[in-house]
This record gives sequence, C-alpha cells and structure tokens, in this order.
Amino acid sequence: MRDTRANRLLFQIGAVLFALLVTVLVLFLAGAQPFAAYKYIVLGALGSWDVVTNVLVSWVPLLLATSGLLVTFTVGLWNIGIEGQITLGAVFTTWAMRLLQDSGWNPTLILVLALLAGILGGTLWALLAGVLRTFGGVNEIFGGLGLNFVATALNIWLIFGPWKRPGVASMSGTLPFDRALWMPIAAGSSRLTPATLVMAVVGIIAVYAMIEGTYFGLRLKAVGKNPKAAYILGIPTWQNMMASFAICGVFAGLAGAVQVTAVYHRLIPSISSGYGYLGLMVALLVGYRASLAAPVALFFAALNVGSIQLPIILKLDSSLAGVLQGTLVLFVMLGNGIRARLIKKGT
Amino acid sequence: MRTISKLFLLAIIALVAGSAAFAQSAPPATGPNLTIGLVMVGPYNDHGWSQANYEGVQYVLAKLPGTKLVYIDKANSADRPGTTVSQLGESLVAQGAKLVIFSSDDMTDEAIKFAQDHPNIFVILTSGSQQWKEGKNYLPLPNMINIMGKMEYMKMVAGVAAAMTTKTGKIGFLGPLINDETRRLAASAYLGARYAWVNYLKKDPSKLTFKVTWIGFWFNIPGVTSDPTQVADDFFNSGFDVVISGIDTTEAVAEAAKYTAQGKQVWAIPYDYARAIDEGKGVSLGVPYFNWGPAYLNAAKAAMNGTWKNHFEWNDPDWKNINNPDTSAVGFNKGTLSKEASAAVDKFIGELGKGLNLWVGPLNYQDGSVFLKKGEKATDQQIWYLPQLLQGMEGQSVSK
Repeated sequence: MRDTRANRLLFQIGAVLFALLVTVLVLFLAGAQPFAAYKYIVLGALGSWDVVTNVLVSWVPLLLATSGLLVTFTVGLWNIGIEGQITLGAVFTTWAMRLLQDSGWNPTLILVLALLAGILGGTLWALLAGVLRTFGGVNEIFGGLGLNFVATALNIWLIFGPWKRPGVASMSGTLPFDRALWMPIAAGSSRLTPATLVMAVVGIIAVYAMIEGTYFGLRLKAVGKNPKAAYILGIPTWQNMMASFAICGVFAGLAGAVQVTAVYHRLIPSISSGYGYLGLMVALLVGYRASLAAPVALFFAALNVGSIQLPIILKLDSSLAGVLQGTLVLFVMLGNGIRARLIKKGT
Repeated sequence: MRTISKLFLLAIIALVAGSAAFAQSAPPATGPNLTIGLVMVGPYNDHGWSQANYEGVQYVLAKLPGTKLVYIDKANSADRPGTTVSQLGESLVAQGAKLVIFSSDDMTDEAIKFAQDHPNIFVILTSGSQQWKEGKNYLPLPNMINIMGKMEYMKMVAGVAAAMTTKTGKIGFLGPLINDETRRLAASAYLGARYAWVNYLKKDPSKLTFKVTWIGFWFNIPGVTSDPTQVADDFFNSGFDVVISGIDTTEAVAEAAKYTAQGKQVWAIPYDYARAIDEGKGVSLGVPYFNWGPAYLNAAKAAMNGTWKNHFEWNDPDWKNINNPDTSAVGFNKGTLSKEASAAVDKFIGELGKGLNLWVGPLNYQDGSVFLKKGEKATDQQIWYLPQLLQGMEGQSVSK
C-alpha cells in the first residue's frame, strides 16, 4: 500500500466509525438507546447558547494543555506530569491571589500577576520533571506520575490545612475569591470569559507557528525524530528537551490559573479536572499536529459537556463520553499501526 | 448639555433602583405545573443523604399533582470533573426546572452564584443558613430558602442507643468533613451518649470514651479522603464496639457486619436515610434520618401559588410520632437493640418530647473554655455555629 493522503483519511474515518460502533455496542449492552444518547449529547453541547458557552469554558484549559503537550511530543517526550503542572499552576495562582486580594490594587493587575504566578508554578513543576529526566535518568512518564501524586497531595494539604476555610475542612475547596477578582464574564453568559478564549487561541497559534515556522521548532523536531543524530549534528539535546518541558509548563500553569480565576474562583482538590490526561488523548488523536488540535479539543470538550444530559434525561452514566474518547484514540492509533505495516509491506 | 447629563444620571438611578426592586422580589408563581430540579452530591441511591433527598422529592411528586422531577446526582468535582454545580443546576433549568434544590451545604458557593444569576428560578439550599436573618452569614436572596431538620435530637437518640449497647465504654464517631454542622451533630451524639451513661446506667462519665475521626468529605473519594472502611476498622480494632456514622454512606454498618460475622460482636449506627439499617441486620442499632418530604412539599406549593418568601427553616421532629412521614422532619428508625436499650431509647425520646434540653450548662468546649455556664441554655445560633467539639470528646475540633 502506498502512503497517500487518501488512504490516511480512509483509515481515520474507519477509526471514527469503529469507535462509534463500539460505543453503540456498549450502549446496547447497557440497555440504552444509542441514537437517543448521541442526540442528547449533541443537544447538550450545541442546543443553546448557554451550553455552547459551557463547551467553550471547557475547551480553554483543554486546548492550553494540548498546546503544551504538542511541544513536548515534538521533542519525543511523554509529559504525563502535565496534570501536576496544571495543579501547581492553580496552587501558585491561588497563592498570589491570597497575597494580593486585600492589597487594594487594581483587580486587573492582581489577575495578571496571578496568571503569571500560575505560569511560574507550572513551569517550575515541569522543569522538575525535566531535571529528573535529564540529570536523574528518570523516565519522564514515571517522574511525571510521581510528581502528579506529589502535586495532588500538596494541593489537598493546602486546602485542608493552611488555606482552609475558617474552622472548616472541606472538599469544596478554599473560600471563593471576591467577584471583583473573577476573570470578567461575557455579557449574557454565566461563565464565559473572553480573555481566556483569547489566551487559548493565541496559544495554539503560537505553538503552531513555533513548531512549523521557526528554527527552534525544527531543532525540536530533529531531537524528537532522532536525538543521537541530532546531537551528532550539533543540536543540543538536553537543552531542547528542558526548553520543551518549560514551554509545556507555561501552558499547563496557565490552564491551572484559568481554572482558578475563571472557572472555580477558588482552589479545589481536583482542580486540574483531568484536562492534562484528556489533552494527551487529543494530542495522540491529532498525531501531534497543531493544526488539528483546536477542533479536536473542541469536539472533546463538547462530548464532556454534552454527556451531562445522559444522566439527566436517559439515566445513563456520563462516563460514556470517556468511553467514546478512549476508543476513538485507540482505533486511530490502531489504524495508524496497521497502515504503517501495510505501507512497509508494499515497499 | 448639563440637562442631558442630569437626564442620563436620572436614567441610571432609575435603572439601578429598578433592578434593585426586581432583585428584591421572589420569582413569579409557576402555576399548576412545576418541574423540580434536584442536584445531589452523591449517588441518588446511596442509602444515605442523597437518597433521603431524592425520596423527599418523590414524596412531593406523590402529594402534589402537576409536579415533575429532573435530577443530577454525583454533583461534585471528583465525579464530574470540569463541571461546576451551578452549571449542573442550569442543565436542569434547560430541562424545564423552575425550582432547583441544591441538596448539600457543600454546594453553598455555587448555589449562591446560581441564585444570583437566575433570579427567576426558585432555589432551595438544603442545610445552608444564608437566609437566616439571625445567622452569621445572612445574605438575603429573594429566590432562596434554606431547609434543615433538627437532626441534633436524633443524633442524641443515636448516642443513647450507643451508650446503652457498648460493652467497652468506647464509642467511635465516623465523621465527614469538619464544619459547624458536623461539629454540632457529633457533639449532639456525645451529649446523648453521656446522658444515658450517667442517668440511665449510673456510670462515671470519665469512663466513657467518645472519639471522632473525620474522613474529609461526606463519602469516600479514593486518594482524596481517608477511607471510611479503614477508619471503621481502626475503631473496631482498638476496642471501640459501637461506631456512629456521620457520613452519607454505609461503610460503618458494612464493617460492623463483617467483624460480627467473624465472631467479634460490634455495632454501628448509619445516618441520613430511614432504610439504611437494612444493610446491617443484627448489627445496626438504628438510624437517625431526615424526612425531607414535608418541607419540600411546602416549598413546592409556595413556588406554585406565589407565596414564596425567602427564609430559613430548622424543622422539629413531631414529638407525637417522630416517624410520621407527613409531619416529622427527622426521625429515628430503631434497629437491633437490646430490650433495655430499646426501652431507654423510647424513654429518652419521651423526655425530649417533654422538653428535656441537653444544651444546658455547665458545658465546656473541648479546649476547656466555658461554652455554657451552669443553668445557661444555648441559643440556636450557639448550637448551629458550634465552634469546637465539647469537653469529653476526643478528636479534632478544627482542621489543622
């Protein structure tokens, strides 16, 4: 078989169809009506301006996380630690907000500083994973997983300990910040914050431009394709890896900051909302191509938001969205594997 | 130019005054049809708090023609990552809900946001106190009602059942998170246990051990809370033979049944839901439970006929029959009690009904400072916002 755009497309369509088929089977086994389920997911994601804004609110941190991961994937790194980097971004943001909330400073200035603090937190945590990988010989998957646990423990300790509500220790998180310190919400919406939308869009465009249009991006690709060859050709390997960790940390930290300033307005135990792991799936699904990340992340966000209708209307568990997302990624990867084999045989 | 500025200013003042007036009125009556939205923190069939709320609304549907229910359960950020509780409430509004019940104190922040963002939707924040004029956190919202039952009485009854049953004199309290509500309920159970210990059993109060261990939330969230199964086991392995549960799920009863089956007779008292004792036949001493139906029915009627007024209610048991489903806000469903313990429980309920008050001094806080001087009766506010556990109780009073 020849490696053409047409057969690549064919395999991807096939993967989507198989994923849908598996989900339909799961629904049948659960005794549910598959088409009704899909209908309500679509209505739940697109049925009104309110739900569309909910999708966009979910899209922003997911796209930010995916943008960061595209950079680490380009250099050949599996940055599983992104969940912890989002969490540390949220922790640093909360820390800055707590320090500044009574300062009397302009709320916009406080929000900007809080976002910068979030970026710092995410970057430092990512660099720690990088240091473990580069100087400690710890594979970034294991290092990242370990750091995720540490980040979660730190977050929970802060919520139940030093940052607890007066006299209260609760999963519901720290005291909410004053409304003046919420990221400004668009008129006619309960929670859409245009500023964060701009951040996410600018972020993915910047990553695309960097990977596809700069010498730095080319070096990252070279290291990602073959680190030894890149090294022999004079491309510093570990420096580029550390740089990619740092860039991913910037995006992850920003995602955490957005969760605090624009979504929850406080620090909660599961502040990352699993966007790091979901971002990994998006990045895998788009084959690390930045150009496709935004629409696929939007699709995943729509599935997450739309699936809330399942328990409300059909009394089905909303984790069906996760089943569909997971099978989609599996079949696309499987399709890629089969296609690569067929191409190899054909040559 | 000046006139135009004045007119502009007047227009702004009128607009602000108008919106303030609007914000001060309850939503319009819904008329003969009402869809009720229920947001539950745990699964709707948890045999605990969430199920008690779910059945409370089922009671309304049975009693009030024209009502319908849409619900979402597991409304917490661990089970539904990326969503907020106010967003879930809006999903119910999209399905036609005109009255949304946020059935957990843990949803307070989001329920307030929702009520402010949707002044035309009736809101019940169960177990909150924001609409209590005499409360600490009064935030008048014309579309919101707070409802709570006086569970303190039934926790006292649970304490009596525990004290009358324990052979080791060691009672464990499996606590959820630490807040005003959970402190006062744990303290109530202790007061009941101590009363029975001293007055019925004529024993030395210093020989009664009452220990509270908090898990961190209303139910187990692996990796985040302490494991309630483990906490119950720790109690049973360290000489505690009765565990009173303060959490929404039934791990304490399940573990008591397991230990008893292995030959070590222990007991547990579940919480929230009248039928929670079914899970631990032979080891469950009874269950203090909420009966949300009557209060939710009144609120639904008020939303339908236009008599809604924001307020706080802390509803009493019906002392004539604490298990009357139409009149009692809280009850105690007796389980496996010895004859003596059962009689003591009945006697105690009778005394409470005749005005027995255990919130009377001398009572000290856990740190030894005076809570109530001799003969002094606690006010509702002192009980509701109890800042510490009481002297004689072991365990954390506040999060460290």
